[in-house]
Order: sequence, then C-alpha cells, then structure tokens
Amino acid sequence: MSWDPRPVPDVTPETERYWTAAAQGELLVRECQECGFVYHYPRSLCPDCFSEDVEWRESSGRGEVYSYSTARTMSGWPEDDLPLVLAYVELEEGPRLMTNVDADPSAVEIGTRVAVEFRDVDDSEIAVPVFVPEDG
Amino acid sequence: MAGTEPVYIAGAFEHPTREAPDKSTMQLHAEVAKGALEDATLEKGDVDGYFTAGVPEYDSGLPPLIMADYLGLEPSYADTTDFGGSSYVSHVGHAASAIRDGRCDVALVTLAGRPRSRGQATGSGVRGLRTVQDSFERIYGATNVTMYGMAARRHMHEHGTTSEQLAEIRAAASHHAQYNEQAMYQEPVTVEGVVESRVVADPLHLLDCCVISDGGGALVVVSEDVRSDLGRECVELLGFGESIGHHDAGRIDLAKTAADRSGSRAFDEAGLGPDDVDYASIYDSFTITVLEAIEDLGFCEKGEGGSFVEGGTLRAPDGDLPFNTDGGGLCSNHPANRGGMTKVIEAVRQLRRETNPEVQVDADVALAHGTGGSIGTRHGAATVVLGREDR
Repeated sequence: MSWDPRPVPDVTPETERYWTAAAQGELLVRECQECGFVYHYPRSLCPDCFSEDVEWRESSGRGEVYSYSTARTMSGWPEDDLPLVLAYVELEEGPRLMTNVDADPSAVEIGTRVAVEFRDVDDSEIAVPVFVPEDG
Repeated sequence: MAGTEPVYIAGAFEHPTREAPDKSTMQLHAEVAKGALEDATLEKGDVDGYFTAGVPEYDSGLPPLIMADYLGLEPSYADTTDFGGSSYVSHVGHAASAIRDGRCDVALVTLAGRPRSRGQATGSGVRGLRTVQDSFERIYGATNVTMYGMAARRHMHEHGTTSEQLAEIRAAASHHAQYNEQAMYQEPVTVEGVVESRVVADPLHLLDCCVISDGGGALVVVSEDVRSDLGRECVELLGFGESIGHHDAGRIDLAKTAADRSGSRAFDEAGLGPDDVDYASIYDSFTITVLEAIEDLGFCEKGEGGSFVEGGTLRAPDGDLPFNTDGGGLCSNHPANRGGMTKVIEAVRQLRRETNPEVQVDADVALAHGTGGSIGTRHGAATVVLGREDR
C-alpha cells in the first residue's frame, strides 16, 4: 500500500473533535474531572477511573522529545517525505504522544524542545499534529 | 499456586524449513502438528485440547474453527488468544490451566506462517489502519523497527547502553547459529560487524534485527496421567506468568517491558528465581528486546543489561546465562514473525539434551520468554519456567 501525501486517520465519534480542532490549529487532550488525569489518545471514559465526566482541554502544544528513531527507507511511505523522524513527544500537560518531528534528524535529540504544527491531509475537515524544534 | 497437578511438555517440533514457497500456511500447521505428536509418541486422536493464535495472514478467519476443520480435530477445549509473537508461550500456560481444570489431557499448540514467501515488509513497511490506536500511531509511519528503535534510544539515554552492547547479543546468537544447520544465517558475526552494518532505524542496525522466515512449530502439553504412560522423556512446566504492557494513556515507559510482571509470576509459581535458571530462551525480535527482557526478568538490575551481556555472558556452553542456543530469531528462525514458539522448543531441547552438542548446556531449569506486539506501543509478555523430570 502507499500513502500520499499523508495517511488520513479514521475519524470516530470519540475522536472527531480532536481531529477537527487540529484543523483549527488546536491540539486537544482529555482531562478527567473526577480524578484529574490528563490523557491521550481521546477516550470517552477515563482510562484511570472509568469516570464519564471528562472534558477536552487545549494543550499548549509544547513539549519535549521523549524518544525518537529515524526511518531512511520505508516501503509504502512517500519517498520525498524521507527520512522520517518518528517520535514520542511528552507534552507539558503530561501525556506522551506518538508523532513526527518534522526536522532534519541531526536537529533532534531526547529532550529537544518542540512545538506543534498541523499538516493538511486529503480530508480538509481535519489535520494531523506534528512537531518542530522550537528554535528551528 | 505451586503444588497443583504437574503438567508436562511431551512433544516439541520446529519445522526445518525457512522458506516454503510451495506450501500453504495450513499445510505447515499440519506438518508441525504431526511432528510434535510423533515427538511425543502420541496419536492425532489423543488430542483433546487445541491452542493457536490462528493464521496471521488471514484478517478474520475464526481461527479455532478453520484450524479444527483443516486439521481434523475435535477438541473439548480450544483457545486462540493472540498476543502476537508471545502467544505460544501463553498457550503453554493456558493449556496447563485447562489440563488442571480437567478440560483436556493432551493439548496441541501450533504456529505457522509464510512472511518470507509472501514478501512481507515485516519490519519497515507501513500498514493499513484497523484499530483506534492505528489512527494515532500508524499515520505517523510507525513501523516495527522504528518503534523498537525508539525503545533502544530511550534505554541508551536513561542507562548509558551502547550499540556495541546491543551487538553483543547478536554476536552471541550467531556464535550459536554456526552449529545449527537449519539456521538462516550460520556465519558468526562480531560486535564490529553488527555496528558496521547498515542503520535501519537508528540506533538499530540491520544485524540488530531478526530474520524473516517461513515455517512454524508445535508443542504437545500433557497431564500427569498421560505422561505416566509415555516412554518419552518430558519436561515439567514449573511456572507460568503473563502480562500486558501498553501506552498507558500517555505514560508509556520505553525502557522497560511487562516481563517484570510475567517473570515474577512465573518464578513465584515455580518457587524459583533468576539465579536458578541454567538456560534462557529470550524473545529476540531485535537486540533491544533481549536486553530489556534480561533486566525485567531479574537476571540483572534494571539498567545494567548492557554491561551484563558483555564478556560472553550469553554464550553457550560456558556463559553465565546461555541464551537462544539455536541462534534464535536473530540468526535462525522467526516463523510467521512470531518467535515465542521457537523459544519454548529450544528450551525443551536443552532440557532433553537434544540441542546441538557444541551448545548443549547442563541445564536442569530453563526459562522461555516471549514478547509479542511492540514494546513501542503495546505488548504481551509471557514467561515459562521449565524443569527436567529428574532434576
């Protein structure tokens, strides 16, 4: 299979707001009103306490690289989007989320401060959050 | 739980093939089932329990039904738990529970697959979106090797582990593989050879990654009543534990695995500890998979796996913890991209003194550990502790 320009996520009732907010330039996390847990990916019941009283919260969109690895060859991914830096970014709000760091791999280290940007996909209603180094 | 009815592995068979372009996956299942039953000196009609994770290449095939149909089985108990590659280690434990419950007496476990003949880009290919999680992971091009690369990077960051230390694991496996005529790669490699091989997903090199092979394997797990009638030397299941590690809603720890829980459960049941283990089969999808499991199983302190594997620790027959004496998934065989089965088989061979003589260990107690799925997102961990009948 092949993906170009980027894969389009499956949007579900539980995740629609996350993806449409991204198209508006907002990165959302979930916050449990019962136990206070801030989590990712979005779920309607808190994965810590099963409370249904959970709210959307806008993330600062800033964080640091928790870990990363660079793919230089990858079957099925657009050639001109390689090398691809896969990373976990730890948001200031706490959760570590999988993403791409859209930068030269030599500019990425564990602990690198990054900020969110949003990439268009074929579906104009939604966008995909990625991160770039704050200094770059 | 120790002291419950003893359960034994009576048969173990690894398919000799590594590439099977002219066979179906179902045929391979049947061939390994036949091989393991012959090894156990049992008949097909004796089987009353059946365990498999199914046929990975079929998206949805109702595994117990298509397998029983194809193999001509009439089990009174079936289990198709799928943790990925560790499934078959779990199946041994699940079979023991079913036997102790009186649900069956002869449990057959089978695995087969043909990723090599099917040209599957196992480690470095993107895959379609199926689960909720895929839309938060695979859309970023997450592949098996980049996810394990992230784990290796984090382990290096937290504990100072080096690429050379990871390479020690491959070098030890290749030292063993040179004596295995069926191994895909029989040429010994050095630490330098590993770190000089092409970087696939930094910090992992090509030789940090396991092989892609066709094939399979099977096990026969039996009750005390059945064992006592067999002339065949069996291996006793002393302890079993399993667990699941996952993203934990954003708190994922890439430097550790769920082996700490599966391992301690297995050791507790066996009434033994890491110091009692004479031989270990440890799942080796990548070198980092082995390193983290060694720490989490308690063979050394957390973070000290790198120095632990230096100096020939893992090399048979004289190392302190001889591991994967068949060459493991790194050098010999990773059938269906699922290495849990061959881990158990080589542990059984060691305890029965049936492995290659150059790497035969004088082992009374062996451990086999599986890591299924991905430690970069979510994984199953399963551990069995096995012992010789006359230990």
